[in-house]
Amino acid sequence: MSDGEPLVRWDWIADHAGELADYTGVHLRLGLLPVVFGLIISVPLGILCHRWRWLYPPVLTVANILYSIPSLALFMIFVRYTGLTERTVMIPLTLYTLSVLVPNVVDGLASVPEPVRLAATAMGFGPIRSVVQVELPIAVPVVIAGVRVAAVSSISLVAVGQLIGQGGLGYYITRGLQLDFPTPIVTAIVLIMLLALATDALLVLAQRLLTPWSRNKVTAA
Amino acid sequence: MIRFDAVSKNYPNGTTAVDELSLELAEGGITVLVGPSGCGKTTTLRMINRMVEPTAGTVSLRGRDIREVHAPELRRGIGYVIQHAGLFPHRTILDNIATVPLLLGWSRKKARARAAELLELVGLPSEMAKRYPNQLSGGQQQRVGVARALGADPPVLLMDEPFSAVDPIVRAELQAEFIRLQKELHKTIVFVTHDIDEAIRLGDNIAVFRTGGKLAQFDTPERLLAHPADDFVAGFVGQDRGIRRLSFVKAAEVPLREGPVLPETSPVARARTVDEPWVLVVDEARRPLGWAAVAGLPDTGTLADAPLAPLGHTFSLVGDSARAALDAALLSPSRLAVGVDAEGAVVGVADAYELSAVMAAAEAVAAEAAAGDAGADAPGGGER
Ligand SMILES: Nc1ncnc2c1ncn2[C@@H]1O[C@H](COP(=O)(O)OP(=O)(O)OP(=O)(O)O)[C@@H](O)[C@H]1O
Ligand SMILES: [Mg+2]
Repeated sequence: MSDGEPLVRWDWIADHAGELADYTGVHLRLGLLPVVFGLIISVPLGILCHRWRWLYPPVLTVANILYSIPSLALFMIFVRYTGLTERTVMIPLTLYTLSVLVPNVVDGLASVPEPVRLAATAMGFGPIRSVVQVELPIAVPVVIAGVRVAAVSSISLVAVGQLIGQGGLGYYITRGLQLDFPTPIVTAIVLIMLLALATDALLVLAQRLLTPWSRNKVTAA
Repeated sequence: MIRFDAVSKNYPNGTTAVDELSLELAEGGITVLVGPSGCGKTTTLRMINRMVEPTAGTVSLRGRDIREVHAPELRRGIGYVIQHAGLFPHRTILDNIATVPLLLGWSRKKARARAAELLELVGLPSEMAKRYPNQLSGGQQQRVGVARALGADPPVLLMDEPFSAVDPIVRAELQAEFIRLQKELHKTIVFVTHDIDEAIRLGDNIAVFRTGGKLAQFDTPERLLAHPADDFVAGFVGQDRGIRRLSFVKAAEVPLREGPVLPETSPVARARTVDEPWVLVVDEARRPLGWAAVAGLPDTGTLADAPLAPLGHTFSLVGDSARAALDAALLSPSRLAVGVDAEGAVVGVADAYELSAVMAAAEAVAAEAAAGDAGADAPGGGER
């Protein structure tokens, strides 16, 4: 870094505001779509693992192994099939969410009190209805706790996609390094952190709206 | 109505939960299944709505083998109340109660209207409709559990220790409420408890199970107390079954005598002529005021001036049982129980010894009744 260069040049940020907004949008898409896909895979998988417990250990092992593979390696594998596209970034990120989301779906379903499960059966809910209308709604707080972790980590991981030219705000980090110019780097890091915080706050809000019943606990006799 | 035919349930681990049970439960009555922990009460109950499938034998409901009915459908026609209410935490009280109507495809509006009716029926204020279960006390949740079970007005209600998780005061309240409700609804109820007092209080018929899932006796509460089938049943119904039996004798049957009852306007001298240590002082309407110890009377004046010992409690000839009369005698300073009529006027008194005569009379009636149905079917079907 050359001497006398400030950490942040505000005029650069003002000049690039439009471009920064575009990249922020891309970053959000690259970070959050994998969480949505992860949820679409994890919910049914979690239900199956809850229903047949023997399925859970192998599924969890596979999810954890996937999580342990470095993203660079996964990019190199998928780039052969999906090229230098956003998909090549999103597929590994989706796989990474599974190691958080599957256990949370399973734990969420296990958090349903036994009397509630029994009552559902006794009232005449069939097995599928019981899962959809009773057990999953009760699992929501635990599932959302997992979604928060997955979303935050996914948003921060997107930048690595810059290795194949699809890193959202990660672009500014490599740019800044190449030009020996700190402003884009700092700006990108701050924006990524803000995105993660905002997403987390929205998820907390979503949980409050989705589960009004989990608040207002009274400990009446 | 509900019939068990040589029904057994064996679990793969070798446990016999229910052993060759044959039982017929009368329509419109409360049958209580009672017995020590692990004797198969819950298993028996759950075989009625197919939450447990028997290993042998058949269960039929109104003459139809329940295996012919699709299980979830069968269950929507049978109310079920469990120990810890098991309310759905994510649904409001109103929607909890509307569960079965909604499953049956009623419109949301109609189901909620029905639920609001039921909320009132079980004695909960309508403000509770919008609350969630975690905002209710245990006793209130249990009431909601009952309302939910009644959702689609099922003819049959299964209740598994519904009142055992609440404190004794709330339990007594819920039991009284339950008796009132049943008078109105006439459901066929199968009620599980391990509390023999609750069984006697609520049951029209009681099935006593012993460990290993065997039916020990099936009878009315009166006969269970009077004639336990064996030592196990006798032990289970308890040491004080003699006194408990008095609950089934109406106080009106208690022989009363006039005894030492004097109006408060009587001169004290009059009390001394009664050859009793205590006199019962009454007002002009013969309502009891208290007991006066003859030895402690003033020399002159009327009984209105005499120091009175409190009455203890009286018993009513219209509503109470002989058990209340005996209790009144034991707690009275004079050892005499005071019987009053509907207006509260004294009808007469009796001591514990005289009250015990009621027992003998009840015994004779029970023996006669037993002889009477020896040829006919025992109550509710009996053992076969
Ligand atoms: N799924 C099961 N597998 C194996 N054994 C079981 C199973 N369910 C119940 N049992 C056994 O069957 C017997 C009867 O159980 P059940 O629950 O019917 O008893 P209960 O009379 O309701 O007892 P409690 O008063 O404790 O509720 C017990 O010995 C119990 O351990
Ligand atoms: Mg039980």
